Amino acid sequence: MAPLPPRSGDAVFANIERVNAELFSLTYGAIVRQLLTDLEEVDEVNKQLDQMGYNIGVRLIDEFLAKSNVSRCADFKETADVIAKVGFKMFLGVTASVTNWDADGMSCSLILEDNPLVDFVELPDTCQGLYYCNILSGVVRGALEMVSMKTEVTWIRDMLHGDDAYELRVKLLKQVPEEYPYKDDD
Amino acid sequence: MGREVAESCLDGLMIEMVSAYCTRFYASKPELAARRIEAIGYQVGHQLSERYTMERPRFTDHLEAIKFICKDFWSELFKKQIDNLKTNHRGTFVLQDNRFRWLTRISIEPSAESTDASSNDPSLTAENKASQTTNMHLCFPCGIIRGALSNLGIPCAVTADISNLPACSFVVRIKA
Repeated sequence: MAPLPPRSGDAVFANIERVNAELFSLTYGAIVRQLLTDLEEVDEVNKQLDQMGYNIGVRLIDEFLAKSNVSRCADFKETADVIAKVGFKMFLGVTASVTNWDADGMSCSLILEDNPLVDFVELPDTCQGLYYCNILSGVVRGALEMVSMKTEVTWIRDMLHGDDAYELRVKLLKQVPEEYPYKDDD
Repeated sequence: MGREVAESCLDGLMIEMVSAYCTRFYASKPELAARRIEAIGYQVGHQLSERYTMERPRFTDHLEAIKFICKDFWSELFKKQIDNLKTNHRGTFVLQDNRFRWLTRISIEPSAESTDASSNDPSLTAENKASQTTNMHLCFPCGIIRGALSNLGIPCAVTADISNLPACSFVVRIKA
């Protein structure tokens, strides 16, 4: 049987189960606020948000692969494009753009101008060091790790800190070759 | 239709919230974890009810406010209304959702008995570990309902009963 053709982010998003984005962004906001109260240190909150995102990404990749019919990407450039155009779109309903490639094609920026996570959010001065959207970088890192790509994902620009867009820097550290057969303890 | 995101985003967030509070922050103090999760729900409910009642006249009595939760509020969150509402006319209301979305989306053990958001047994067998996780998940919607009603000027306590899965009943006790 021929593989199914890959579907566009729009097509997948149109057919996926969806929920009220307000509920989503307010829930995320309430979680961040509670973490700030309970953990006190902003750095620790950043770390926990990243960890939560990583765990989500590890699971989300399956749904992504199953619903998008995306097959193996030829290179990291294609991977970045797929994340921006299909991944972001099918889960958050927004598209990112990919820019600022370095010379060897190992790192690039994902730019989000519209971000449902931050609807209704304003950061108080006491949260200067907070990467509010850190869960997103964790998701990207977790999902890519499941397809054998070790990455480092960091925030370069953040509209909550006065920048004109959200810029996520994704750097490919290592492409782990897949090994067969898988070992149980891998 | 307002803005939407994929349901798996919200599912993922809820699963991670419960897991972070129950296994990383308050692993040995489930009652504290439950209270934090409920508090997160409370805040969400409070804000949502503020938004959804902005253009409405004040509710004249408790029943009207509860009906708003059952119809408009529930529809915004779950695209369906509460299926059954009962009251003893003395401040207790039972809101039953015959197929509560958040329970059908997360896998749980059907052995779970009637639950109370604030009761947790510290001596856990593997079996009721699962039911404890379910209870933790239910603290969130209980908090949402309490927050929403509190924003409407109705202080109350909310617990969940899942003895009839996949139905879920939320018991609202209004404080006199």
